[in-house]
Amino acid sequence: MLDVRNISKSFGGLKAVDNVSMKIEEGSLVSLIGPNGAGKTTFFALITGFHRPDNGTVQFCGQEITGLKPSDIAQAGMVRTFQIVQPFAGQTVRENIAVGAHLRHASRRDALDRAREVAEKVGLGDRLDQDAASLTVAGRKRLEVARALATDPKLVLFDEVLAGLNPSEIRDVIPVIRAVRDSGVTILLIEHVMQAVMSLSEYTFVLNQGRMIAEGVPRDVASNQTVIEAYLGPGMAARLKSQQTEAAS
Amino acid sequence: MINRNQLIALLVVFGLIATCPFWVKSAPTMNTIIAVLYIALLGQSWNILGGYGGQFSFGHAAFFGTGAYTVAVLQIQLGINPWIGLIAGGLLATFVALVIGFASFRYGLRGSYFALVTLAFAEVLRILSNSVSFTGGGVGLLIPLDRRFSNLQFEDNRGYFWVIWALCLVCFLTVWWIGRSRFGAWLMAVRDNEDAARALGVDVFRTKMGAVALSGFFSGVAGVFYAQFYLYLDPSIAYGSAISIESLLVPIIGGMGTLFGPLIGAGVIHFLSELTRHFVGDVPGVALSIYGVLLILIVMFLPRGLISIGTVLLGKSRRRANA
Repeated sequence: MLDVRNISKSFGGLKAVDNVSMKIEEGSLVSLIGPNGAGKTTFFALITGFHRPDNGTVQFCGQEITGLKPSDIAQAGMVRTFQIVQPFAGQTVRENIAVGAHLRHASRRDALDRAREVAEKVGLGDRLDQDAASLTVAGRKRLEVARALATDPKLVLFDEVLAGLNPSEIRDVIPVIRAVRDSGVTILLIEHVMQAVMSLSEYTFVLNQGRMIAEGVPRDVASNQTVIEAYLGPGMAARLKSQQTEAAS
Repeated sequence: MINRNQLIALLVVFGLIATCPFWVKSAPTMNTIIAVLYIALLGQSWNILGGYGGQFSFGHAAFFGTGAYTVAVLQIQLGINPWIGLIAGGLLATFVALVIGFASFRYGLRGSYFALVTLAFAEVLRILSNSVSFTGGGVGLLIPLDRRFSNLQFEDNRGYFWVIWALCLVCFLTVWWIGRSRFGAWLMAVRDNEDAARALGVDVFRTKMGAVALSGFFSGVAGVFYAQFYLYLDPSIAYGSAISIESLLVPIIGGMGTLFGPLIGAGVIHFLSELTRHFVGDVPGVALSIYGVLLILIVMFLPRGLISIGTVLLGKSRRRANA
């Protein structure tokens, strides 16, 4: 469904994304992890048209989309959310979601109806007429998800939708994400909450300093030596291993 | 639902205004009503781009003046009927708006940068109209008096009333449509958060261009009306900053991004300017100082404009009742 080949992006002297490739199959739930500043959000911005890659190509559903405008890419069926939630303050929850629904519905009434449906799906059904600015952080994250879903995407990119939530809120939102996947939408998550990565995703990519350093099933990736060192520093993998063997003996 | 009620309210208000020619007997009062409607049209045109689109123009005179000069020049230099000039003025103003919009939005200019670009364009046009001959230069243009309906000039100022009433109605209906259409939803999304709008598939550039075109058209039409009503134009009237300031003060004072804000703002502004003229005469600058004070008060106490005064007062009394 998504085929990213060797894309790179530099800001001045900094290689934010360096020769990264990624393939996502239709219907999967894939995650992208990596330490802070690894280039995950930049990667999202590159494939959704917010930044133009210096080189490399992005194919979506067999169609070349490299360098297209975000609006064209959303039209093609790939939509992102933002790590820092961006509600349309001053508009109601329903109006916020309707903006997304308008991508496929020209009539205001259809868009508002669709907004209600989506809101119910993500658990905002009872807050439709509330001002979006008055939502809690958890509510805003749900709104972010709802707006993206309202565009009827084929592939949705969630940028840390669980960050900043407390454990009980995370437990509430995880089923929402799973339900999205079950409704036939392919998902790529950027996530720091390892509990979510482990329980949700079937496949994980790890980015560090702009490079893809590992990929695979989450369990394998979590014990990968390079990944542990990327997070915890050089030498840590060996030390952890010796601690584990000591503990075992 | 809200939208249908708003449409009914709009038609009722315009219906009430339409009764004026039947009971208002004095010509000066009629002129006041005409002036308020004309300022409301100008303010509403700014409101489309500034209030609904969040793009603050400081140079709406560029569109207004282009409309005014178009109808005057076509009539005087080429003998073209002002009714055709009305359409031509609107369209040429739209063209100017698209040029300014393209230059700004293509390169992502926002906020004060956009305001400065519009201001600069208006100033350039003012200087140009001052220096070329077909606009009459600094002397200005005097539209020859020929009071006939076919000439868009009226013996009885009720004729002018009906023209500005109809133009205002079209403009207000357009804004009502914006409030209930996909274009409007996208425009307000762009105003409230450009990046989020873009991520949801909104073509930000095209949406802004649509708004600036509509805004320019109605400003141009207001300019045409001005020229036909006062029959005199010069560069500082047509392209001067007074028009730019007036067109943004009206919706800001009345309520930006609301359908009725510009009408309320126009009434208040006109009332104030008449009041100052009555009490201080023609001392230059007094009216502007009073506008300034009013603007500061509004921004401090009623940031959503006079139209929100009801909800603000209600909210206060409710809070007091709760305390």
